[in-house]
Amino acid sequence: MGDETTALLEIRKLSKSFPGVRALEEVDFTVRRGEVHALMGENGAGKSTLIKVLTGVHGRDGGTVRLDGVEIHAHSPKEAEAAGISTVYQEVNLIPYLSVAENICLGRQPTRLGLIRWGAMAERARAALARVDLKIDVSQPLSSYSIAVQQLVAIARALDISAKLLILDEPTSSLDEKEVAELFKVIRKLRAAGMGVVIVTHFLEQVYSISDRITVLRDGKLVGEYETSKLPRMELVSKMIGRALAQMQKVEAEAKQAQVEEKRELLLELRQFGRPGWVAPLDMSIAKGEVVGLAGLLGSGRTETARLIFGVDHAKNGEMRLSEKRVLFKSPREAIREGFAFTPENRKVEGIIPHLSVRENIVLALQAKQGVTRTLSRKQQIDIAEEFIKLLGISTTGPEQPVVNLSGGNQQKVLLARWLVMQPRLLILDEPTRGIDVGAKAEIEKLIQSLRAKGMAILFISSELEEVVRGCQKVIVLRDRAKAGELAGDQITEEAIMQTIAGHPHGT
Amino acid sequence: MARERLQPSKNAWWFSLIWPVAALALLLLFNLLFTPGFFHIEFREGYLYGTLIDILNHGSKVILLSLGMALVIATAGVDLSVGAVMAIAGSVAAQLINRPNTPLGAVIAAALVVAVICGCWNGMLVTLFRIQPIVATLILMVAGRGIAQLITEGQIVTFTHPGLTFVGNGHFLALPFPIVLALGMLGITVLITRKTALGLFIESVGDNATASTFSGIDARKIKFFVYLFSGLCAGIAGLVAASNIRCADANHAGLFLELDAILAVVVGGTSLTGGRFYLAGAVVGALFIQTLTTTMYMRNVSADVAPVPKALAIIAVCLLQSPAFRRRLTSTFRGKPA
Amino acid sequence: MTRLNSKYIPLIATALVMLGLYAIGCILYRNFFSLRVVVDLIGDNSFLGIAAVGATLVILSGGIDLSVGSVVAFSSTLIATLVRDGANPIIAILVTLLAGAVFGGLTGSLIQLFELPPFLVTLAGMFLARGLGFILHPQSLPIKHPFFLHFISENLSLPLNERVNWPFTATCYVVIFLIAVLVAHYTKFGRYVYAVGGDEHSAKLMGLPVGKTKIGLYSVSGFCSALAGVVYTFYTQQGNPASCVGLELDAIAAVVIGGTLLSGGAGFMAGTLMGVLIFGLIQTLITFQGNVNSWWTRIVVAVLVLLFILLQNAISLISGRLGSSKSNA
Repeated sequence: MGDETTALLEIRKLSKSFPGVRALEEVDFTVRRGEVHALMGENGAGKSTLIKVLTGVHGRDGGTVRLDGVEIHAHSPKEAEAAGISTVYQEVNLIPYLSVAENICLGRQPTRLGLIRWGAMAERARAALARVDLKIDVSQPLSSYSIAVQQLVAIARALDISAKLLILDEPTSSLDEKEVAELFKVIRKLRAAGMGVVIVTHFLEQVYSISDRITVLRDGKLVGEYETSKLPRMELVSKMIGRALAQMQKVEAEAKQAQVEEKRELLLELRQFGRPGWVAPLDMSIAKGEVVGLAGLLGSGRTETARLIFGVDHAKNGEMRLSEKRVLFKSPREAIREGFAFTPENRKVEGIIPHLSVRENIVLALQAKQGVTRTLSRKQQIDIAEEFIKLLGISTTGPEQPVVNLSGGNQQKVLLARWLVMQPRLLILDEPTRGIDVGAKAEIEKLIQSLRAKGMAILFISSELEEVVRGCQKVIVLRDRAKAGELAGDQITEEAIMQTIAGHPHGT
Repeated sequence: MARERLQPSKNAWWFSLIWPVAALALLLLFNLLFTPGFFHIEFREGYLYGTLIDILNHGSKVILLSLGMALVIATAGVDLSVGAVMAIAGSVAAQLINRPNTPLGAVIAAALVVAVICGCWNGMLVTLFRIQPIVATLILMVAGRGIAQLITEGQIVTFTHPGLTFVGNGHFLALPFPIVLALGMLGITVLITRKTALGLFIESVGDNATASTFSGIDARKIKFFVYLFSGLCAGIAGLVAASNIRCADANHAGLFLELDAILAVVVGGTSLTGGRFYLAGAVVGALFIQTLTTTMYMRNVSADVAPVPKALAIIAVCLLQSPAFRRRLTSTFRGKPA
Repeated sequence: MTRLNSKYIPLIATALVMLGLYAIGCILYRNFFSLRVVVDLIGDNSFLGIAAVGATLVILSGGIDLSVGSVVAFSSTLIATLVRDGANPIIAILVTLLAGAVFGGLTGSLIQLFELPPFLVTLAGMFLARGLGFILHPQSLPIKHPFFLHFISENLSLPLNERVNWPFTATCYVVIFLIAVLVAHYTKFGRYVYAVGGDEHSAKLMGLPVGKTKIGLYSVSGFCSALAGVVYTFYTQQGNPASCVGLELDAIAAVVIGGTLLSGGAGFMAGTLMGVLIFGLIQTLITFQGNVNSWWTRIVVAVLVLLFILLQNAISLISGRLGSSKSNA
């Protein structure tokens, strides 16, 4: 456990404001030597701002930061590194074309007379990798290795810089179970060696598995600092969420009510539908007025399945039947024509058109369906936009505001509006509540239920099992790009889903 | 949060014109003060004459090019080949018109069709082979003049056909015909982009092509079209250029005009990274560049040296449009570190 | 073995094209297989080659430099005017090199400090340098100083056999090329250039001196262009503000044909060298043919650039597919 006497990192009364928002308000944060400390909070809580201030990306408005008793004030990532703080980001943030050895040593290559000694550099890289139990060919480009390996390389770089404090920002989002276990082994090794590790994450299981203490932030303020072993899960969740718990319980009641109604007309049927390398052939059916959940770990093939259904990628196996009629979509356009809609997981890259207005983003798909010549008049567009701003409670200064200026949650609502305008028969939602604060989450979950009640078929993809359990009448479970099982009605519990994913009976 | 209909000022169509118009106004003011006779316009023999008319006349080629270029840049692309396509179109027209019994209509149609084919070639490289626009159009830029030389068999081909020479030298409604052409093309471009959903799709594809595809827009078709359109504009400009000097000069037709066109579009407010485009702004930008060139000429600055003030103007415009520059400027005045 | 190949495939392809062209020349013309042809190949294209070294560095960083040709022309004119006005040739050369470096440094500063697009800034640089050249002297200016007329060709060229001399210009190119390889692969600065081109954002987060590197590399590019101008004066014995129009495009073509990614981050100096030689080979072949117009060079070069881009795209497509089964520890 941590050394109780001298703290490694001591942050006191840290404050930081941006125009219009107080991101951090007098936050205290302490990390001990030889400790893994989880930093948690919903979106907008201030976690990433805290990290960015620590690592010199942002300046601070007030407060002190002490590392090893010495006050530091980093104005750039380089200064933070020099002080002994290293960060490994979710997207790894190294140079993909360059070799592993170069990535580890870049900036500190061993030289003789100004010329780099490649042999010595490779040696040094191998030594750094040994500290994270990794033995790979350091001369290969970084991009030829998986994300999990790249992350370990990033950690090795941090160690090579003699970091005292290691910050891991959402390290497990792109890793599968096995890779997470490997990463945690390395973290435990670092902890045993006396390093301080801060891990920013929202995966509850992992927090309980690896961390010694937890700090919770909410709305830019410190909620509290706790010993992991002494903090029950529900209490942690309530500290992060607070008030919206009651709202969520209401949604659950409604969903369970819906499961009582049985007879539903079949809308979509997949028979041995799949694509080699993407998803193994699977069977699935969705009825009108039904919410079907697609559950599974990251990388299990859920998004891939959605993309195949929507025509983004092309299925090579099996068939898809829409109301008994056989269909195959070669592009999203074709799927949209048949009444399909899809909100992608990665809204920044695949969802919003950032510099276009809220109005333009909302009417985009509808206009695309109508074609180039049949235009919606300006008035029509504004009316539609205002209708959905009101319906979904989108927080914006008006229909003409560029979408990039909206918060994540509101951008998601704009995307939803885009598809609701189309009045689709099948709405595919891929992680619709990711990165959204709990208040907005509850609203979206309510909306899904009301759409279902009106007869829309919904395919709901989410990594958060509680959401899936609460809102779905049927759950398809995927594991390793193949269907692992199907649960319906009362069978749907978090435990059952996890068991199906794991693939072995309860308890083992 | 309040949901009032937002302050229209930032999004009114003329807001984006403020900077380019200001730049042009500054230049005109300079001439008003220091160049006598600059604003003198007279009406002789049914036609308007004057420096301002000359600016419009000579600037019409760049205006034409910048219309197509604006759409291409809006899709986050660029078309470096427009100068070469101008040469090709001029060469085709000159060769054909000298053949006996070739109707003017067919000659013009042929030249424009060839120009459109060039545009389609660019479009194909960009959409089908997914080559970066800079490189894809660079290829035609380099090879295009060679192709034009092939067409003219290495000669400068002169012609005297009155119909063809009218394109570059005639008058319509008291104005030189090229101006009429440019204005007409501006009108057509505004129509097809703003009166249909094409403008929205172009801006959407330029801002985020992936998301546009997910929303049901055929991004490849949109991108292909803008290169086709740029080729057409270059073809028209090429006919004007050849007609101006009554010959097709494969080496010099449209030389460096692609750079002027890109400049005009950027000065007009369209960002090189794609997204929103401004046609009126591009026209103002083209006029700005032409006014700059004419000002140099009237002050007896050698044509070889004229690029210098153009360069300074580019830098000035880029700096003014750069948020980083504005940040540093304001922070210097406030005394805070940047 | 397979992973190593994907990095070197473009280089191998370029080498094959180069050797292929030379082989075609030897088959078609009896005199092609001679020392003179090879020496001329390097000597005639040395100023393009030196300019291309700077262009390679810029493109590796993910940028582009359109001012190369104009700076070469300006530099040659500057030397000619300085020498005409009585300056010592060595001083004139040093001043010119300094001017090139400063010019490049200004370009880099504008790009880095104000986040302006390299395309536009170097475009402005192109206009500026071209115009400044004409301000210095309105037309070509022969250099009558003995240093340029006699010293270079008599004292600094190496006789290889009784008919062929290895010109000083070629020596310059080879030396600069070797220095470039050293810088690109053995200095921290060179590796920073690759890093900035590979992923600038990550490079910043890694604490690398991105700003200094970018300003520095444009400065180096300006220096190389100025040096190319110096070599141009050795080669032509004149300063000409109207020369080298479009040289930047030739340099970019050589870089692309040499296998460097236009988006930056990957490529070799040796590739550019071969690209320059390919360029020269095409021109030599055309000269040997005799009655073919020079604009065929442009068309062939354009086609080659197209083919190499397609090759690069194909490679990244294939390695992307292979990468879906990426290796784990």
